[in-house]
Amino acid sequence: MASTNTETGVPGDQGGSGVFPPFDSSSFASQLVWLAITFGLFYLLMSRVALPRISSILEVRSDRIAQDLDEANRLRDESDAAIAAYEQELAEARSRAHAIAQEARDTAKAEVDTKRAGVEADLATKIADAETRIAGIKKKAMGEVGKIAEETTDALVSELLGGKVTKADIASAVKSVS
Amino acid sequence: MPNDLRMSNIFSAKVIFRPCRLRFEDETPVADDPISQFNISKILPLEVAGYDISFTNSALFMVATVGVSAAFLIMTTSGRGLIPTRMQSISEMIYEFVASLLRESAGSEGMKFFPLVFSLFVFILVANLFGMFPYFFTITSHIIVTAALAFLVIGLVIVYGFWKNGLGFLKLFVPSGVPGVLMPLIVAIEIMSFISRPISLSVRLFANMLAGHITLKVFAGFIPMLSKLGFVGVVGAILPLGFTVALTALEFLVAFLQAYVFAILTCMYLNDAIHPSH
Repeated sequence: MASTNTETGVPGDQGGSGVFPPFDSSSFASQLVWLAITFGLFYLLMSRVALPRISSILEVRSDRIAQDLDEANRLRDESDAAIAAYEQELAEARSRAHAIAQEARDTAKAEVDTKRAGVEADLATKIADAETRIAGIKKKAMGEVGKIAEETTDALVSELLGGKVTKADIASAVKSVS
Repeated sequence: MPNDLRMSNIFSAKVIFRPCRLRFEDETPVADDPISQFNISKILPLEVAGYDISFTNSALFMVATVGVSAAFLIMTTSGRGLIPTRMQSISEMIYEFVASLLRESAGSEGMKFFPLVFSLFVFILVANLFGMFPYFFTITSHIIVTAALAFLVIGLVIVYGFWKNGLGFLKLFVPSGVPGVLMPLIVAIEIMSFISRPISLSVRLFANMLAGHITLKVFAGFIPMLSKLGFVGVVGAILPLGFTVALTALEFLVAFLQAYVFAILTCMYLNDAIHPSH
């Protein structure tokens, strides 16, 4: 508080009382000298110490950032290459899988086809056999029909007429009817 | 005993405080005088070769300005951190702010003046901001200080302009593409404007700081004056109090703005010295 008293003190503690302080030329020399000393020192400190230091900090940082960006670019290229290789391998594997599946499908189909052909051939022979047998049975049966008719006719005639009729007559009669 | 001591300390603090407060209220002509804040008082009388170069309150605040700003800039960057601390990034921001200011107006050739522009900007900024503390002295409120800085800049412009461009520096006063009839008039105007540069540069800073501090003091002075009038006065004092608060904010802006204006004009004048033909 004591110092503030001197600073805001009564005007006139200097020689030039009554003069507006900024235009009081009695203080000019002192202000110029001290400004030269302090500002000169400040300029030296800035140009020799502070500014080179800050500029080196900024330079190191921008170098580091550039380096990191390069590294990031390199890593991105690497990962891009890895992705491309992966994609290619995936495509290859997919086509290989497709081929394997196709092959499996083809072999399975061929096997089924041969099996079916075998079964069909077997069935055809069986049908043919059956047909010949049926034809044989039919033929035999047809052959016996005439004889049965003759016998039946003979029995009927002899029952009805009581006379004897020659077998030849009966056979011709049956034949003419059938 | 220690208890007694503490008691006496509190007591003495009160004793010191009270006269100060009383003085403020009773001797309003002194305390409210808006000019007394610019008084220069000797702290250490000194005289060399007939010149009074006493260490004054102004010198004290020059030393404080330089000490604080140099200490801040040097200490905050001493870590040289790749990732800056908060304080280090303030120093870097000031650096980059001034560097871009100079590079944009004077090009990369102007960067050789970077230490000077940086020193000027920081010195004026910190000096102006110091002036915002109550009871502190504002060194930039004295015309001789701002004039010295302005003449430093203009002197450098003239010396460097002639050293680098020789007589070509005089092309600064002869704009290209002006009809011959108008040429003498234009040249006269250009010379006048060049001569007025150091004056406008110094007066702008000085007048802004001076006027701002006087206005602040006048409005602040209304508050105790009105308060003495009783209840109505106290209520009425709210208005100047509000003004004082608003003006304080404005003065902080002005403190920065004037340092910025001084720095950018320095950059533009240096650009004239580097590239005189326009």
